[in-house]
Parts: sequence; C-alpha cells; structure tokens
Amino acid sequence: MYIKAAAGISPQVSFEQILQSPASYSGNRLNCAEPDYTKLIDARMIRRMSRIIKMGVAAAKDCLQQGDVHDPGAIITGTAYGCLADTELFLSKMIENKEELLTPTAFIQSTHNTVGAQIALMLKCHNYNNTFVHRGFSFEGAMLDAITLLKENAVENILVGGVDEITDTSHELLSRFGLYKQHPGANINLYEGTSKGTIAGEGAAFFLLFNQPSGNGYAKLDGMDTLYKPSSSGEVAGFIHDFLERHNTRAEDIDLLISGENGDAHNDKGYKELKKQLFVNVATQSFKHLCGEYPTATAFALWLAANIIKTGKIPAHSKMKAPKKILIYNHYLTIHHSLYLLSAC
Amino acid sequence: MTKPVSIAGVGVISAIGNNVQENLAALEQGKAGMTKMEYLSSAHKEKLPVAEVKMDNIALAALAGMPAYISRTALLSAIAAKEALQNAGIQSLRGLRSGFISANTVGGMDKTEDFFADFLNDSGKGRLRNLVHHECGAATELVADMLGIKNYVSTISTACSSSANAVFFAARLIKQNILDIAIAGGTDSLTKFTLNGFNTLMILDQQYCQPFDENRRGLNLGEGAGYVVLVSDKVAKALTQAPVCALSGYCNANDAYHQTASSPGGTGSYLAMKGALAQSGLKPADIDYINLHGTGTQNNDIAEGTAIKLLFEGKYPKMSSTKSFTGHTLGASGGIEAVFSVLALQHGLIYPNLRFETQMKGLPFAPETVFRKGEKIHHVLSNSFGFGGNCSSLIFSKLQA
Repeated sequence: MYIKAAAGISPQVSFEQILQSPASYSGNRLNCAEPDYTKLIDARMIRRMSRIIKMGVAAAKDCLQQGDVHDPGAIITGTAYGCLADTELFLSKMIENKEELLTPTAFIQSTHNTVGAQIALMLKCHNYNNTFVHRGFSFEGAMLDAITLLKENAVENILVGGVDEITDTSHELLSRFGLYKQHPGANINLYEGTSKGTIAGEGAAFFLLFNQPSGNGYAKLDGMDTLYKPSSSGEVAGFIHDFLERHNTRAEDIDLLISGENGDAHNDKGYKELKKQLFVNVATQSFKHLCGEYPTATAFALWLAANIIKTGKIPAHSKMKAPKKILIYNHYLTIHHSLYLLSAC
Repeated sequence: MTKPVSIAGVGVISAIGNNVQENLAALEQGKAGMTKMEYLSSAHKEKLPVAEVKMDNIALAALAGMPAYISRTALLSAIAAKEALQNAGIQSLRGLRSGFISANTVGGMDKTEDFFADFLNDSGKGRLRNLVHHECGAATELVADMLGIKNYVSTISTACSSSANAVFFAARLIKQNILDIAIAGGTDSLTKFTLNGFNTLMILDQQYCQPFDENRRGLNLGEGAGYVVLVSDKVAKALTQAPVCALSGYCNANDAYHQTASSPGGTGSYLAMKGALAQSGLKPADIDYINLHGTGTQNNDIAEGTAIKLLFEGKYPKMSSTKSFTGHTLGASGGIEAVFSVLALQHGLIYPNLRFETQMKGLPFAPETVFRKGEKIHHVLSNSFGFGGNCSSLIFSKLQA
C-alpha cells in the first residue's frame, strides 16, 4: 500500500515551516493555520461551509491535486467529534427558541458525514463513501476501511483522511473534564515539567492510498494496527512486538519512532516505559507540541511521517540521515492505541 | 463476486417489540409502532407522532444490565446486541477474535440536550455525567465493554445508511481473516435534536407515514437497534446451530447530488443496488424481496422507486418498507432492516407496507400490502440511503446446501 499524496491543515503552516521553525503557541489551544480557501474551493461553496468542512474539503482537494486524481475510488473520513460548530448552533437555537422558528442549515451540516459528503459533491464522485466516528480510533477506522477495501481489489485508489475541530464551547467543556493544562507555557516545552493536562489541537489531513507504487509518492505504508483498552503496559509492549514481527521488522530496524506524548505526566508514562523497554537506541520525534492533542491527531502524525520519508528531513534531528523506516505509536488518553509502519518506497 | 459471509443470529429492539419474537409477531399482525409521543419530551408532542420503544430508560437499563443514567442509544444497543449473540447460540467469545461494529447518528445527544439546557443558562453548570458519552463512539464502547468484546470496536456514521455500512465492513473484516466473529448493525434513540432537525426540513408526517404511496406526506421518526452476528467459516462449523443465511453482496455508492436531497433519477440508489448484485453474482431476477429504504418522503420514494424501475425493468420483486411499522430509525434502520431481511429468508416471510392506498404515478409497481409466510425466498435486497448522498445496499442469501 502506498501513500501517493498527503495534505494537511494544522496549527503549523507547512512541513517546511516545521523544519525551519515551528509555529509557537503559549496557550492551551492550538488552532489551525488556515489557508486561503479560495485557491482550493469554489467561492460559492465556501460561503456555506463551516470551518471544519472548509478544512476537510480543502485538505482533500490539495491531496487530490498533488496526486493528480479527479475521481478517487473511495472517499473515507474519520472524525471523532464531527461538525461541532453546526451541532452547537442548532442545539443552542433549539433550546433558546423552545423548539420553534428553527432553520435547517445548521442541522443539515451537523451530521458526521458532512465532510465526506461535501468532498463527493464537489468532485461529483459517485464512488464508495464512508465515515468513521470512533473517538481515538476514528482515523484508524477510516484507514482500516481503506486498507481492506484496497485489498478487496475493488478500487485502484482511495482518499482517506482525519478531521476534527475545536470550538469555543468544546474547548470550554473539555477543559471542565480537566483535559488541558492551566498554565501551559510554550508549546515547544510541552514535554518538560510534571503538570497535569495537555494542550488542545485540531486539524485535517488527507492521503491518497494506492495499491501500486507510482514513482513519485511519499511512502510505503507497511501496516497499521490498533489496541483497545489494554489492561497492562505489558499488553502494549506485546502488541508492538507482535506488530513488528508480523511485518518482519526488528525494533533496531526502525530509524525513527514518532510518538504521541501530550505533556500530561500520567498519560506519558507509558511512552517512557516503552522507549526504555523496546526502543533504547531508536531516534524519536514527538508531534503533539506541533498539533496539540485531539482524537484524530494520528492523521497529523501520518502526514508528518510521510513528509519526513519523502524529504529525508526530520524536524527533531536535523543532522540525521534520511530515515528508511518510521514507526508511529500513539495512544489517545490511554484507551486507543495505534501503530503505523512506513518505509521509503 | 466474493465469498458470502455467514450470519449466525440476529437481535432487534424497535417500536414494535423488544426482541425478535415480538417484532415478528407485530409484523405478522400488522401492528405499527407509531403513537403519540410518550417518552421523548418535546414541544411537538401533540403534533408529531413517533415510533418509540415502549419503555422508559429505567426499564431499558434493567433489561440491558446497565446504569439508567447513560444514553438511551447505548441501552437500546446493549439489549439488541445481547440478543443477537444469544440468538446465534454463542455462549462465550473466548479464543475468538471478536468485533463490535455499531453505527449511530447522534451518539449520546439525548443526554447532551439535558446538559446543554443547564450549560446555556450558566456555563459552569450542567452535569458532566450527561456529557461524557456524547461522542458516537461512546455508546459503542459501553456495549462492547459489557459484552467483553475487545479485539475490534468501531463506529460508523453516514446518516441513515450508517448501519448498513457497519454490516458489510464487519463482513469484510471476517473475509480478510482479521476477525472470527463480529456483531454489526446500529442504534439510535429519539432526540429533540433530530426531531427538530427533520421538522425544519419539513419532511415529517403529522399522520402515520405512507411509504411508496402517491399521496405520501413524509416520514415518522423512530428509535431502536438491530444487529446481525457475522461469523467466519471456522466459527460457523463449530456452532451448534447452522448459520441462518449469508451476506452475499453489498455496495456503497454516493448520489453526489445534494447534501440532503436525492437525485430525481436515484443515481446513488441505482449504483448501490447494481453494485451489490454484481458482487453477489446475482441477476435482478434472482431477488425475491426488497426491503425498501422507503421513508415516506416525496423525494426518497420517487428516487428509490425510479432506480428500482430502471434496474429491475419488467420483473419487479415483491417489496415493502418496514418503516411503516418502525418509523425511520436513522442510524439503526440499516441494522433493524438487516434483521428483518434475515428473518424473511429464515421463515419465508414477506412483510406488508402498512397504510398503502394509491400506487405512485411514476412507477409501474406497488409495494406488498399483506403479510405472507411460507414464501420461497432465496435472496433479499435491503436498501439504506441517507443524507450526504450516502447509499448502501445489502443482499442476504440462503446458504447453498
């Protein structure tokens, strides 16, 4: 399976910017650096779109343009929260107006499949279209659908992506659950210190997956796997060990480990243990200081990994030689664990 | 053509019954589930009939073996999923790679609504307990944890076609040897959010709906959950009872016409049905019964009907919309209708399309109006079409001896 194109909208302007000097943030909320949408989406469509729809559709369009694909064999989206802004809008109006005098627009755009549907509508693409909405496995669900659909030989290529947004309300509510740091400091120092909580993030990343290599692609995707609610750190280690063995890879073959620490001491404990246990001499690159923590952050990690393999440049290790094999390991709030193995193609 | 995946059992809860037996009895007796709103609290109580599951959350929680404060969506899901496993004769999942793939459209919105009313008054207020299961995936996890399913959990949301996608995704995971057994389908409870949303679109019928009728006025919303148990050949052989039938074909296509409306020609519906037939290796004439999406809206029924007219030209199978019994259960509808399709094959049943009076002018066929049993049914087509142009069709077939 090959990643022919990758496009992302994130709190970072571009991969090049991450290499030179990542955008710095001091609060506990990293919003996307949104592009000029008029370059990617018809102005008449932009006006009707909420922010998450614009981010998703623009990332998808960018990806398709890179890959020179006009009619993807499938469009598969992962989103944990869906279209929050429209959901809140309709819900608030419904409560405030006591269920009277409501208009349908926000409701219509609140359904979780809106991003995938709008991409299909923009492309007039009648092909397979699916949306996964499973918390920290939303993007992984979309990826497994894509991988198994390609294996079924039903299609030649697939557009697959992950997208989630922060709204003022969602940030306020997730803060009440104690998810975020109260005194975050600079994002670049996210992993220092022992304070509780992380920083919020958001983003949209889309990929074009092909069964066959195309010559000018980003990377080969060797495999992806998930582990739900492990009962011990030993179970996580076993999961990673088995995954690598299944792909005939030893830990020392990994040139770079991209790992999902989010700055919360309790949350990050598992990453530290694993690095000591399995990846002693492996170079590592964290990513949540760049994109923040959110359920589909692995889509950003995959975008980062694909760019690192394609360019041979690693943000955290400017002098290291180009990596041939990258492993991504992430867990979302210790519940949803995922692995991605990529190699140079 | 790909290999069919065996279905070992089914479970369902809807406005016409709390289990398979009760649903079958209501289908046979022609008893619809729509009534005046009793459990959902809404300003539209007097005006809009709904098809509610006839139990409050406390009773549902007792049946589900779960706490009553969690979302009704999760409670409904748990009841139907548990029945599906029992119905399949599966005592234990030990040693099996098991998955729970469930669909829904608004997750724990029924509880979020309560939270939000307090929160809008004072942003420090609102019980977080009512918000913690808001995400669509939360209901799936609550039920998977209760069933002891750990290897794979996933949630799909493509509006009204959600759970049809869950069913074939599960089948694909079994075919590719990723899972041995999967419970797949969907759940949705009635919420003010969806009721008001559909109401703003002016597609809710203030009377009981009349799908595929010339004078149809719209849909009635319903709630419930429906699941099928899909198993690998190895598991099928080890079961004490033979599998009921198989999922022989499926297809997902997009109408790519409008965010909420179907194209007049039913392009997405046509492609989904045609693709499912191609995958199963069947001809249109092989289909014995179509469980229609048949919501009762002007737009859906003419689009779906036009697609059927084109695909089945000259030889139309028997067909009906069981939404005339259950209402439109949104994220659960594909699951509930998959269960009804399996039962149709298992018992040789054709379900009536209740309240049908006048054939649609543009269509050369009409739905069935009487319950029939002892019919020879080998292949059933089940349609699920939704907002966002998401169209999916499933074909269930008798297992070849």
